[in-house]
Amino acid sequence: MAGVSTAHRPDSAAATRRGEALIEFLLRASAAIGIITTVGIVTVLLVEAIFFFGEVSPVDFFTGTRWSASILPYAFGVIPLITSTLMIAFIALVLAVPLGVLAAVWMSEFASQRVRSIIKPVLEILAGIPTIVYGFFAITVITPLLKATILPDLGTFSALSAGIVVGILVLPLVASLTEDALRAVPRGLREGSYALGATRWETVRRVLLPAALSGIAAAVILAMSRAVGETMAVVLAAGTNPQLTLNPTESVQTMTAFIVQISLGDTPTESIQFKALFAVGATLFAITFTLNLISAWLVARYRNVYE
Amino acid sequence: MSMNEREPVTRPSVSQIGASAPSGATEATSASSTNPALLLENVSCWYGGFRAVRDVSLAIPRNKVTALIGPSGCGKSTLLRSINRMNDLVPGFRMEGEIAFEGTSVHARATDVIDLRRRVGMVFQKPNPFPKSIFENVAFGLRLLGETTNLHGLVEESLRAAALWDEVKDKLDQPGLSLSGGQQQRLCIARAIAIRPDVILMDEPCSALDPKSTLQIEELMRKLIRDYTIVIVTHNMQQAARASDYTVFLTMGDDRAGYVVEQGETGKIFTAPQQQLTADYVSGRFG
Amino acid sequence: MSTQTTTRRKVANALFGLLAFLAIFASLITLVALLIDVVVRGGSSVDLQFFTSAPSRIPAKAGILPALVGTLWVTTLVAIMTFPIGVAAAIYLEEYAGRGRWSRLLRINISNLAGVPSIVYGIFGLALFVRLLGLGRTVFAAALTLSLLILPVVIISSMEAIRAVPPSQREAAYALGATRWQMVRRALLPAAAPGILTGIVLAVGRAVGETAPLILIGAVTFVTFVPVNPFEDKYTVLPIQIFNWAGRPQAAFQEISAAAILVLLVLMFLLNLVAVILRARLSRTIQW
Repeated sequence: MAGVSTAHRPDSAAATRRGEALIEFLLRASAAIGIITTVGIVTVLLVEAIFFFGEVSPVDFFTGTRWSASILPYAFGVIPLITSTLMIAFIALVLAVPLGVLAAVWMSEFASQRVRSIIKPVLEILAGIPTIVYGFFAITVITPLLKATILPDLGTFSALSAGIVVGILVLPLVASLTEDALRAVPRGLREGSYALGATRWETVRRVLLPAALSGIAAAVILAMSRAVGETMAVVLAAGTNPQLTLNPTESVQTMTAFIVQISLGDTPTESIQFKALFAVGATLFAITFTLNLISAWLVARYRNVYE
Repeated sequence: MSMNEREPVTRPSVSQIGASAPSGATEATSASSTNPALLLENVSCWYGGFRAVRDVSLAIPRNKVTALIGPSGCGKSTLLRSINRMNDLVPGFRMEGEIAFEGTSVHARATDVIDLRRRVGMVFQKPNPFPKSIFENVAFGLRLLGETTNLHGLVEESLRAAALWDEVKDKLDQPGLSLSGGQQQRLCIARAIAIRPDVILMDEPCSALDPKSTLQIEELMRKLIRDYTIVIVTHNMQQAARASDYTVFLTMGDDRAGYVVEQGETGKIFTAPQQQLTADYVSGRFG
Repeated sequence: MSTQTTTRRKVANALFGLLAFLAIFASLITLVALLIDVVVRGGSSVDLQFFTSAPSRIPAKAGILPALVGTLWVTTLVAIMTFPIGVAAAIYLEEYAGRGRWSRLLRINISNLAGVPSIVYGIFGLALFVRLLGLGRTVFAAALTLSLLILPVVIISSMEAIRAVPPSQREAAYALGATRWQMVRRALLPAAAPGILTGIVLAVGRAVGETAPLILIGAVTFVTFVPVNPFEDKYTVLPIQIFNWAGRPQAAFQEISAAAILVLLVLMFLLNLVAVILRARLSRTIQW
C-alpha cells in the first residue's frame, strides 16, 4: 500500500479549528452588513427627521395641505406630496394589475410551453429597462400620444402620463408574482374543476383566482410599493409642481421628485429644505417598508396553506 | 410477537466471531477474531424525541464484509451513518452508547471527526460524484490532505483497485457525471479508497444500479476486503447472502425503533437462523 | 344543461382567452414601441464623435465620454466590492447559520433591504459616505452606495445558487474528511459558481441603470472632463447624462438623449449576454 504523505495530523487539528473559526467570523461579518445597513438607514432617516421636526412641527408636516419648500412663504405640509404619489401609484396599478394578472393567467393556464418561453423573456426585458428610459418614453411617446388622441389640452407634465409609464414598469412584477401564486395552487384543484366540465375561464374565475388571492394581493401591494418608490420616471413625466389635486391631467410632485429636486439644486446642507429632504425620505421609507411587510406576510400565508 | 415472548437476543462474544470462520474468507488471522475493526455497545439513536435505534451491540470483524439487513425503516442507515458521525450533520440527532474504532470512542471529545472520516470512508446510495473531472473526483480527498507530489500515481492505483481504470484511463479529464450509473458508483468507491481508509461504509450502494453493475460492485467488494473492512447496508437479501461474510439482522420493534435480532456468520443466518423472526425475514415472509 | 348555456359559456371562455392574449400582446407592443422610439430618435446620433466627446451646449457637438467613463468606473468598483461580501454573506446564511431566530432575522432583513426604494439608498449614501465619512462627491462614494443597493440582490441570488446544490454533494465532501470550509471552497462553490456569477452580473447590470441614488450623492450633471482619480474627481454617469439631456426642451437634445439611452441599453444587453454565456459555459459540466 503506497503511503499517503500526511496520514495523521493530530497537531494540525487545533490549527484547523482556529482557521475555521476565523473564516466563520469573516463570513458572519459579511452577513451582518445587512443588519448594519438597515440600522444605518433607519438611524440616519430618524435622526435627520428629528432635526427637521425641531423646526417644523410634525402636526403641520403630516396634516398640512400646502407644500412650498423653495418659494416663500415656506410651507411644509406633506399631504400634497403623498396624494400625488398615491395618485400616480393608483393609476399605475389600474393599468398593471388587470393586465398583469391576465397575462399571468394566460401564461400559466393557456399558453403552450413554446409561447411561454417567448413571453417570459419579453417580460423580463421590460422589467430590466432602467426607469430613466421609461421617463424618456413618457415624455417622447406617451404624453404626445395622449395629447394627440384623447386629451388635447394635456400639459407637458401630468400625473396621468407618469402613472401610465409606471404601470408599464411594474406590470412584469405583477405578472411574475401572480404566476408564482397560480403555480402554488395544487393541480388537484384544477383537475377537479375540469373534471366537472368547467371551461378554462370558469376554472380560473371560480377556482384558481380565489385560491391564489393572497398571492395576488401580495403582488399588488408589492407593485404599489415599487410605484411609490419610483423616482426617475415620475420626475421626467410629472414635473415638480407640489399642488394638492386629484386631477391626473395636472402636473404634480411626488415625494421622490421633491427629494431629487432638492438634490439637484445648490441647497446648503444646513437649510430647512435639506432637512425636509430627510423628513420626506423618512416618510417614504416608512410607507414602502410597511407595504413590503404586508406583502411578505401575505406571501407567507399562502405558502403555509399549500406547502 | 411481543417483546416478552421473544427469546433473548444472542449477543456474540468477541471470541465467537473468529471461531466460525466463513468459508469464503481469504484470510482469517487470529488477530481479526480478537480485534474487531469496530465495536458497538448499547448504541441507541434519537432524532429529536423519536428513537430510531435501540440498544445495538455489534462487533464488526476486520477485513470482512459485514451486511446489515432488515426491513426498511429499522435504522440500518442511521446506525451506519453514526459510525463516521455523518449524523452530526442532522440537527436534533443524539446517540447514546459506545462506538469504538481502533480502541477509541468515536464520540469522545478528543476524537477529531475529520480524521475519523478519513479513516472510515463512506459510499452512498445514489452515486454522488462531484461535477469535476474523473481525475479530480478521485484526487479530492488526497488534495484535502495536502498530497501533491504523487497525485497521478495514487489516483491510478485507486481507480485500478476500484476496477475502473481500464474504462477511464483515456478520459481522466472528462466529467465524472458523464459516466454510467455503475461506473459513477465505482468512481465514488475509488474516491473513497484513495485516502486509504481502514473501514468502508456502504449505504445500499447498488440500489440505484442495474443488475450487471450490481454484480460488478459485489465482486469488487470481495476483492477490496484484502485491504479494507467493509460494512454494507442492503435491502437485497440475495446480495447479502452472496457477498457478505457476516450478517446482522435488524428489525423494527413495536416502538418503531430498530434493534438487532440476530447476528452471525452469513451462511448460518440464511440456512440455520436461531430466531423465528430471522427465519421469516430471510424466507421472504415479511419485509 | 341547455345548449344555449353551453354556447354562452364557451363564448365567455373564448373571449377571456382573447382578452388575456391581448394583455400579453399589449406588453409586447409596448416594448417594441419603446425600442423603436429610442432607435429612431437616437440612432443617427450614435457615431464615433458621440463616444469621444464631452457634453456641450450645442447638441451636435455633445458626446458621452465622461459619462461613459464614469459608468465604467462605478460599475467596476461595484462589481469588485459586492462579489466577495455578497457571496460571503450568502455562504454564511446557507451553510453556517442555523435555522434559529437570529438567522431568520438576518434573512428577513436581507429581503426587506431588497425592497427599499433606490432613492432611499441614495439618501443613506449621502448622509454616510459623502458627509459623515467625508468621502465627498466622488466615484468611490457612488460605488459604495450602489454596492449597498445591489448587495441584497446579490446575496439572495447567491443563496439560491448555493441552495440548488444537492445535499449529497456536501455529504460526499464531509465523508472524505473535509472541514466545513473545505467543503464550501472545494465542493460547494465550484458547483454553485454558474448561478452565483450569473446573479452578480445581472445585479451589476441593474446598478448600471440607476439614476436617483447617484443624483443624491452628487454625481454632477454637467461634466466636461473624464474622472481619473476615483477618490477625488467629480464625475457623472450615463443615466444622469440621459436625464440631463432629456429634461431639455429642444428636440436636438431629445435626440442625443435617445442616443445615450441606446448606448446604455446596449451596455446592459451585453452584461445580460455575458450572464447567459457564463451560465451556459460553466453549467455544462453540472447536470444533477
